[in-house]
Amino acid sequence: MVGEAEHGHRLTELLRSNTDAVVAGWVEAVATTLRGRTTGAELERDFRELFTSLLPVASGDGRDLTGHSYAELRSLLGELSRSRARQNFSPTETASSVFALKQVVFQLVDDQDDPELFRQALAFSNLLDGLGLLTFEAYARAREEIIKEQSEQLLELTTPVVKLWEGVLAVPLVGTLDSARTQVVMEKLLEALVETGSEHAIIDITGVLAVDTQVAQHLLKTVVAARLMGAECTISGIRPQIAQTIVALGIEFGDIATKATLADALRHALRREGVEVVRQGERRAV
Amino acid sequence: MERVPILKIGGVLLVSIQIDLQDQSVLALQEDLAERISATGAHGVVIDISAVEIVDSFIGRMFATIASISRLFDADTVVVGMRPAVAITLVELGLTLGGVRTALDLERGMKILETLGRDRGRTGREAR
Repeated sequence: MVGEAEHGHRLTELLRSNTDAVVAGWVEAVATTLRGRTTGAELERDFRELFTSLLPVASGDGRDLTGHSYAELRSLLGELSRSRARQNFSPTETASSVFALKQVVFQLVDDQDDPELFRQALAFSNLLDGLGLLTFEAYARAREEIIKEQSEQLLELTTPVVKLWEGVLAVPLVGTLDSARTQVVMEKLLEALVETGSEHAIIDITGVLAVDTQVAQHLLKTVVAARLMGAECTISGIRPQIAQTIVALGIEFGDIATKATLADALRHALRREGVEVVRQGERRAV
Repeated sequence: MERVPILKIGGVLLVSIQIDLQDQSVLALQEDLAERISATGAHGVVIDISAVEIVDSFIGRMFATIASISRLFDADTVVVGMRPAVAITLVELGLTLGGVRTALDLERGMKILETLGRDRGRTGREAR
C-alpha cells in the first residue's frame, strides 16, 4: 500500500509535484467565500500543513477515517474547525474549506486527460467527503462547548452579590428565576455573608418579571437559611403586578421584611445596624 | 463515644462541636449541658457549629431541644457559625429553628448574650 502510494499512485505523484499550485488554488477558492475574515497568509499556512499530511493518505479510499494513518489529519482538521467555530464562521464556510480542494484537484486531473488518474481522483474525492464530515462534526462539538461555557458564564454573571455598606450586602436579581438559578443565588449570598461577616442582606427583585409560588418558595428558603446563619434578609423591589400576584396566590411572607425599593431596604438595614443618614443642614442639635 | 466538651466563660457556657456528631454524642451532650446549666446557673449557652459540615434532621432538632432545655433554666441559646451548606440543608429539611437565636460568629453570639444578660439584669432589678 505504501509502496503503491510512493511509486504507483499517480494522483499522489501529480499532487506532490504540483503542491504549490494546488495550495494556491485552494487558498484562492476558499478566500473568496471567507471574504476578508481571515488573511491569505493564514489560510496558506493552514492548508499547506493540511495538504502535507493529506498526501501520504491520498491513495486511500477514506472508508475508515478512524484508522491510525489518519490520526494527524484528524487532529489538524479538528483544530481548524474548532478555531473556525470560535471565530463565528458558519458551518458551510468551515466545511467548504475542505470541499474546495476537490474543485482544484479535479481541474488538475482534467488537464492530464488520463482515465486511471480520473478513477483515483474519484476515490480521493470520497476521502475528502469523509474529511468534510469530520470537519462538520468537530465544528458542531466546538459550538456545543461554546454554548455550554456561555450558559455557565451567564449564570455567574447574572447573580452578583454587591456590598452596599459595611455589613450590608445586596443581590439584584434580573430576569426569570428558576430552581437552578435560585440555588446559585442562595449559595452565593450565604457564602458572601460568611466571608464578609455581614448581618444584613437585601434581595432586590426589581428586575424579576414574574413570581410564582415556586419562586416565592425559593426566596423564602433563602431568607430562612440566612436567618439560620444569623443574618437578616430583606426583600425589596416588589412591583405592583407582582404584589398582586403574590396576594392572589396566597403566598405568605410572614415576618420577613419587604420593602418597596432598594433605597428603603438599605435605610432599613442601616437603621438596624445603628447608622443614621441625615442631610447636612438637618443635623440635629446635640 | 466522643463527648463534646462544655466550657464556661463568665455566665456563658460554650459548646464547640469539633467532631462528627453521632446520635449517642448528641444525647450525651444534651444531658451534660442540662447538668452544667443547673450546676453553674449560666444565663446563656453558645453552640459553635462552624466545624460542622454535615447535618441530619436529628442534629437539627438537637438545637431546638437544647434551646428548650436552657429556657427551663432561664438561659438563652445562640447557635453560631452555621455554614451555608448546613443552613440550606436545614431549610430543605423544613427545620427553621424557631426560638433559637443565631449569629454569624462566636464574637457576635457572645455580644447578643451580653445584651440579653444586661436587659435581664435591668428587668430583674426593676422587679425586685
